[in-house]
This record gives sequence, structure tokens and C-alpha cells, in this order.
Amino acid sequence: MDFGPHLFLALLEGTVSAFVLAVTALGLSLVFGVMRVVNVAHGEFYMLGAVLAWWLTTLLAGSPAIGFGVALIIAPLIVGAFALAADWLILRRIDYHPESTIVATIGLLYIIQQLVLTFYGPDARPVEPPLYFRVSFPWFGYSGYKLIVVGASALLLLGVWLAMARTKFGLYMRATQQNQEMAQAFGVPVRRVYAIVFALGAMLAAAAGVLVVPIQQAHYLMGLDPLLLSFIVVIVGGLGSLRGTVVAAFVIGLSDGVISVFFSPTLAKIIATLFVAMVLVYRPSGLFGQPEEEA
Amino acid sequence: MTAGKTGRIIVLHLAVIAALFAAQYFLPAYHHGNVARILVLASFAVGYNLLLGYTGLLSLGHAMFFAAGMYGAGLPLYYFDIGVIPAFGLGLLASLALAFCFGLLALRTSGVAFLIVTLMFAQAFFLATLYFNEITLGDQGFVLSEQARTLNLGGVGFSFADPTVKYNAALLLFACCMLGCLALVRSPIGRVWMAIRENEPRTRMLGYDSYRYKLLALVLSGVMSGAAGAGYALLFAYVGSTFASIQYSIFALLWALLGGVGTVLGPLVGAGLMFYLVDIAGDFTSSYLLVVGVVLVVLILWYPKGLLGSLRERWLPWLP
Repeated sequence: MDFGPHLFLALLEGTVSAFVLAVTALGLSLVFGVMRVVNVAHGEFYMLGAVLAWWLTTLLAGSPAIGFGVALIIAPLIVGAFALAADWLILRRIDYHPESTIVATIGLLYIIQQLVLTFYGPDARPVEPPLYFRVSFPWFGYSGYKLIVVGASALLLLGVWLAMARTKFGLYMRATQQNQEMAQAFGVPVRRVYAIVFALGAMLAAAAGVLVVPIQQAHYLMGLDPLLLSFIVVIVGGLGSLRGTVVAAFVIGLSDGVISVFFSPTLAKIIATLFVAMVLVYRPSGLFGQPEEEA
Repeated sequence: MTAGKTGRIIVLHLAVIAALFAAQYFLPAYHHGNVARILVLASFAVGYNLLLGYTGLLSLGHAMFFAAGMYGAGLPLYYFDIGVIPAFGLGLLASLALAFCFGLLALRTSGVAFLIVTLMFAQAFFLATLYFNEITLGDQGFVLSEQARTLNLGGVGFSFADPTVKYNAALLLFACCMLGCLALVRSPIGRVWMAIRENEPRTRMLGYDSYRYKLLALVLSGVMSGAAGAGYALLFAYVGSTFASIQYSIFALLWALLGGVGTVLGPLVGAGLMFYLVDIAGDFTSSYLLVVGVVLVVLILWYPKGLLGSLRERWLPWLP
């Protein structure tokens, strides 16, 4: 292939991964923005979504489209329920203390990952795409399902934006994000907002996992890469800023896609991680919202 | 601080070393090897604890220092067979240089940002060990020959493949790290570290340059972790990029938390307990890392001070 079509393919692949990344990172960004905690188990919710999608589609082995449609709704709900339980059993008890939460969610990461290893096994398993068609370009054909992923992700992003901007709960979330104590004083049920936001973040990750599984196969260790990439996106985009997260997901996703096609994917990741570390070092308060309070 | 208290502390720590020395004559071969490994890993945890327990900086990237020591010692030994002592020295140097450069950058941040910076740098380091796999042999790793791991002292050869030499070398490494940690935290420097842990702005107001003290803590912590990494390569002959992965950073955190953050002996207790817990769980299931997750959650929910930390709170207030 010539350079032009090659670049076009790279951009296309980059767009698909950017959309999936945007959905995943948006979940992490919501949780950090509203609750001010870092959820290290976020990637495991993504993995759980993918594994549940495999399980549900095998259970409903008939038409792949119906099975997949069911998975796309049920899997995030299961993951959301699990996240609610984790919030109630663990996070609430340590009072969302930032560093304790990180340690606790590392623990959660291992628990989820190892339980999946126990019940699902170490194999990577494919899920059939719900629809199969090819979009032909002059130089190559392209899987139509990937374009559906783009569409579905865009709908999800739009949905979150609408919920944040137009609903009462969105108002609660924004109020909690701006000033938790003041929100509580005005009657916002902050604890309930925390629980729901944590579940919502997990559900977004799970939905991204379901969408990606026909492209990528479900595996119990698949959560680490999206976790690190989401960290990168959320930090570069500015924590809690949804628009920033989406924009950063595109920059990172596209550049990751393009660099990966022309150079080695490992090199792309090294550059991205070092870049984000530098961003944090030189713009720590700017990208973490307000500067840290000094006692 | 009274003289009696100091005496008690010194006796306790020397007794632990003496007990570990005596243990080699009683332990069955299997546990003999395990304890040697635990001692090296505990040295890593002591280094980690210097930063978390006394200076209050939570890092998720210490595997990078461990691996720097490991590759710093392992690579020259593997390619050029430069001898054990120069290799160990290079391992220390590598982790020193890395910790210093990393500290200059990362200590500009604090709190959660510091944690993520450590994670990101360590991940970049890990990926670099994979990327340069022509030299490092990536996650396959390489094995050091017995001949390369033999220490010549005045014509007498000590091979680290020999269990007795291995055990005592591991004990020596651990004793140096532990006593070094004890001396440091009881010194004026250690007092400033603890002051930073308790309240950094106030420490700064008293006229201490907290950035320098934190940098010193990070460098010493990194070098100790690197010494453990170099020791691991020399004693157990294997060098691979798994040791640079996030998992090993988490292990160091786990050992320190379990034994008791901010206790000198805690890391040994934590590393030993965790080693055997994982070992026993491995007999029953392939998902033995589940233990790691459960222990982390239980600790953070109910015993945030860890075993020795709780012990100190209840009965032994003098425990350093």
C-alpha cells in the first residue's frame, strides 16, 4: 500500500480506538471529577464488560445480533450493580480518603481479575460481531462493525453530556463536583451521588468493553491497557472536565493509532506515558483542577 | 529518649538478625531457600517503607528501582562477566542515578499526582525493558551462569548457587538495609522526614527545605530497592522484565502495609507472611493472586496500621 492509504487506514483505526477510549476515560473522569478519588479498578470493569458480553452471547446463542444487543444492556447493568456494592462495602467505609481509595481499588483490581481467571479461565475468547458487512474503500475493505462501534460510542458520549447538562441528577453531580460541602448544605444527597457516579463510571467502562469485544476478544488481563490510557487521557484533558476528556481521547487515540501503525506500539506507549508524566510534573495543579489544599 | 529504650531497640533488632542467622541450621531445604528469597524481597520492602512509612510519600513505581538495580547488575555480568562486586556496584549506581533524576522531576508534584507520576514513569521503564528486548531479552529474561555469580575473595570462591552462601548473603543484605533504616529513622534526618509526613507546610515553616529531604528519602529508598534488585539477580540468577511490572510495585506496597507502615521490622513480617500466603494459595488454585486483593482490602478497611503498627499502638509504644 502507498503512504496515503496507509495513513488513511491508521487514522480510521485511530478513530475507532479513540471513541472507545473516550467512553472508558469518561467513566474515570466522572469518578475523579465528582468524587475526587482515583479508581484503579476501572480497567477491570472494562474487562468485566467484555467477559460478560462473551458469557451472555454464548448463553443466547442464536442470532448474534440479539445476543449482542442484550449484552450491551445487561452487562453494564451487572457491572454497575457490582460497583454499587463495592462502593457500599469498601469506599464508603474508608470515607473516600484519596490514598486509601487507591490501595483499596488496587485490591479490588486483583479480586475482580482473579475471580474472572477462576470462573472464566486464562483463554482469550472471541465474540461474533452482531452484524457483518464490509465498507469498501478504493484501496481496501473495512469492517463495518467498527463503524457501528464509533456510532454507539458517540451516542453514549452524547447521552452522558445530555444527562449532565439537562437532568436534575446532572445538576447534583455538577454541584457536588464544584463544592461537596456546599452541595450537601443545599440538600444534595452527596453520598447517593457518590454511589451512583461510581456505578455510572463503571458502567461506561463496561459498555466500552462490550463494544470492543468483537474486535479484540475477551481476556482476563485486558483491563490494564485501557486503565493506563484512560489515566493518560483524563490527566491530559484536565480532570473532571468532560469536554477535555473527549478531546484528549481523540488526540491520544489518533496519535496512538498512527504511531502504532508506523512505529512499534510499545514505543507509542512509552512516549505517551512519559508525556503524561511530564504534563503532571509541569502542570500539576492546572490539570488536577484546584491546587491541593495546604493544611 | 532514654538509654534503656535505645538499648532495648538495639537488642531487639540484633536478636532478629541472630535468630535469622540461627534459623539456617534448622530450616528444611525448601524453607531455607524461601527464607533467603524473603530476605531479599524484605530488603526491597524496607527501602519502600523508608519513603512511604517515614516520609509519607506513596509511590506506585518502586519496581523501576528494583529493576534498575537488577539490570544494572545483571546486564554487565551477563555480557561482560565483570565479577560480582563491580556488578553489584553498578546495580547500586543505576538505581541511584534513576532515583535522583526521577526525584528531581516527580517531587515537584505531591499527593495523588505524585502517585500517578511514579506509576507512569515505572510503566515507561517497564515498556522500555520490553522495547529494547534485543539487549534485555524482554519478558523472557536471561539466566546468569554459576561461574559469573562466583565471588572470589583472596583465592577462595564463593558461589551464590550454593544454598549456604546464598542464605548468608541474603541475610547480610537484609541486615544492612534494616540497620541502615533503623539508624536513619533515629537520626535527625529521620526526624525531619517524619515531620514532613505529619505536616509538610509546618516543617517548611520551621526552616527545613522539605524538597531536599524528600529527595534524599527518595534516593535512599531507591538505592535500597536497587540493592535488593541487584542482590536478587546475583542470588537467584534470573533477570527479566516481570520484575519491572506494576505488580512488583504493588507487592512492595502490600508488604509494607501488611507488616506495618513506618515500622523497621514491618517489611520483613509483611514480605514473609505474604510470601507464604501466596505460596499456600498457589497449591490450591491458579488464581492465587486473589489473596493479594483480599489482603489489601482487609488491611485498608480494618488494619490500616498493619501488624506491627497495631502491635505498637496497643502494647509496644517503643517499637521503632
